[in-house]
Amino acid sequence: MTTTVTTDPGTDRSSRGTSRGSGGARRGMPRIPDRIRRGGLPYLLLLPAVLLELLIHLIPMIVGIVMSFRQLTQFFISNWGAAPWTGLENYEIAVDFDAPIGEALLHSFFVTCVFTFFAVGLAWLFGVTAAIMLQESFRGRGFLRALFLVPYALPVYAAVITWAFMFQRDNGLVNHVLHDQLGITDQPSFWLIGDNSIYALIVVSVWKGWPFAFLMLMAALQNIPRELYEAAAIDGAGVRQQIRRITMPSLRPVNQVLVLVLFLWTFNDFNTPYVLFGKAAPADADLISIHIYQSSFVTWNFGTGSAMSVLLLLFLLVVTAVYLFLTSRGRKGSHA
Amino acid sequence: MPSRDGARAARSPMAAPRSFLWTRRVVLTLLAGFVLLPVYVMISSSLKPLQDVSGKFRWIPDGLTVQPYIDIWDTVPLARYFVNSLIVAGAATVCSVVIAVFAAYAVSRYGFRGKRVFTVTVLSTQMFPGILFLLPLFLIFVNIGNTTGLALYGSRGGLILTYLTFSLPFSIWMLIGYFDSIPRDLDEAAMVDGCGPMRALFRVVVPAAVPGIVAVSVYAFMTAWGEVLFASVMTNDVTRTLAVGLQGYATQNDVYWNQVMAASLVVSVPVVAGFLLLQRYLVAGLTAGAVK
Repeated sequence: MTTTVTTDPGTDRSSRGTSRGSGGARRGMPRIPDRIRRGGLPYLLLLPAVLLELLIHLIPMIVGIVMSFRQLTQFFISNWGAAPWTGLENYEIAVDFDAPIGEALLHSFFVTCVFTFFAVGLAWLFGVTAAIMLQESFRGRGFLRALFLVPYALPVYAAVITWAFMFQRDNGLVNHVLHDQLGITDQPSFWLIGDNSIYALIVVSVWKGWPFAFLMLMAALQNIPRELYEAAAIDGAGVRQQIRRITMPSLRPVNQVLVLVLFLWTFNDFNTPYVLFGKAAPADADLISIHIYQSSFVTWNFGTGSAMSVLLLLFLLVVTAVYLFLTSRGRKGSHA
Repeated sequence: MPSRDGARAARSPMAAPRSFLWTRRVVLTLLAGFVLLPVYVMISSSLKPLQDVSGKFRWIPDGLTVQPYIDIWDTVPLARYFVNSLIVAGAATVCSVVIAVFAAYAVSRYGFRGKRVFTVTVLSTQMFPGILFLLPLFLIFVNIGNTTGLALYGSRGGLILTYLTFSLPFSIWMLIGYFDSIPRDLDEAAMVDGCGPMRALFRVVVPAAVPGIVAVSVYAFMTAWGEVLFASVMTNDVTRTLAVGLQGYATQNDVYWNQVMAASLVVSVPVVAGFLLLQRYLVAGLTAGAVK
C-alpha cells in the first residue's frame, strides 16, 4: 500500500507530461491509440499484483511440486529441505490402486465425480427454472429474487452447521419429517455417517450452489430483447416454444461459463463436507479435497498429499482444456 | 395446444397462459420453501431451551427464550472470533480490491507485452483448489518462522495472505470485466483534456466503476467471511476466526444446538443484511463483468 502511494505522484507527473504532449500533437485525432507507448506505466500498475501472484500462487505451486518428490513426513515439517528425495515414489503410492492409499484415492475420486454430477446438474436445473420464472415482472418478484439469494449470502459454516443439525439422527428435522410425520422410513436413519451421507451432501451443496446459477442466468435473461418474445408470440409460439427457441439458445454462452465454474467449485469444495462431517468424512461422501486434507494434516504425510494435489491439478487442467475446446468449437460452428 | 396458447399470447404478447402461471406459483413456492427451511430451523432453534433442542425436533417451539443469545458469548470467546474474522476478511478485501483496481486498469486500458500471460495466470489460479496452496503455504510459513522468527503461521497477517490466494484473482478478473464495460471514450476524453493516466483512473474510471467496485468488495468480503479451509489450519487459539470458533459449542458430552443456531444467526446477520441492501448494485456489478 505505502509503495503504491509513494509512486503515484511520480507516475502521474511523468505520464501526464507525455499525454499532454501527445494530446497536443494529435489535436485533430480525439482517440488515443490502444497500444500507445507509455513506457513502463502498465507494468508499474501491475507490479503489486504480480508480486503477490508470485508470493501466494507461483512459489507455493513450485514448492508443492518439489514437495511431491520428497518423503515428507511429520519429522521433516519444520525443515522440509532435509526430507529425502524419493523421485516418483509418492506418485506411485498415490496411483497404486491395489494398495490401501491408492484404492482410497480412486474411491474418493469416483465419489467426487458422482457428487459433482448431481450437485451441479441440480443446481443448474433449479437456477435456470427460477430464472425463467422470474424473467417477467409480477407482484412479489423482487422479494423472491432477494430471498433466493440468501443461501449465497449466508456464511458457509453457519448454513452448513444448520443443515448438520437438521440431519441429526435423534433431534433433527429431516428424520422428524420422514419418520415421525410421514412414516416413510421404518426407523430414524443416519444421515451424516454411512451410505446416506452422499445424499445429505448433495442436498446441502445444491441448496448452497443454485442461487449462484440463478443469479448469473437471471442477469443473462435480462439482456434478451423483449421484441424477440413479442414477435414469436405473434407468430403463434406458446410459452414452451418461446423457452425452447429463444430463451435456451440465448443462454448458451452463459451456460457454458456457468457449468464450468460450477463444476470447478463443486469438485474442489472443501467447506461444505468439512463443516457437515468434520475432519474425517464418511467413506461414501469422501470428497477429494477432504481426502487430501486428511492424508496431509491428519496422517501427516505431506509427500503423498502433495502428489495427490498435483494429480488433482493435472486432472482439472485437462478437463478444463477439453471443455473449453469443445465449447469454443461449438460456438464457432453455430456462428458459421 | 400451440394454437390455443398462441391465440391467447397473440392478443397480449407477453401474457403467459394460465397453466404457466400455476406452474410458476407451485415451483416458486417449493423453491422458497427449500431456501427458507434452514433459515426457519436456525431462527426457531436459537430461541429454544437446551432440553427442547436436545429432544425430538418440533416445528413450533414449546417455550421461547433468549437465553442462548446471552450464553453464546460465554461458552466460547465469540466476540474475539468475531473481531478476528472482521480484521482478516476486511484486510483481505481492502488489499485485494486496491491492488486489483490498478491491475485491472492496466489490463483493460493498455496493450503490453505479457498481458495474455498475466490474464491467463489470474484466470487459472482462480480455479485451482485451495487445498493445492494450503500444503505449501503451511510449510513455507512454518519454515519462515523457524529461520527468521517471523510468526506467519497462526498470525492474522499470515491468514490474510492466504485469503489473497482466492480474493485477489477473483477481484482482478471481475474488475477487468467491469472496467471493459465502461466506455473508453470517457477516460480518453479526460486524457485528451490533459489528465494523466492516474488522474483519469481516479477521476473518471473509478467513479464510473463504483457499482462494480462495491460488488467486488462485498463478494470478496463474503467469501473471506465464510472461508473454512485456511482458517482451520492457519489459526491458533488467539487468532481463530468464526469459521473454526463455531465448532466450540460442541463439547464431549453435548452439543449446545440452540447456542450454535443463535451464534450462526448472529454471524450471518451482518453479511446477509449488507448483501440484501446492496443486492441490486451487486447483481449489476457482478454480471457486467461476468456475463458478456
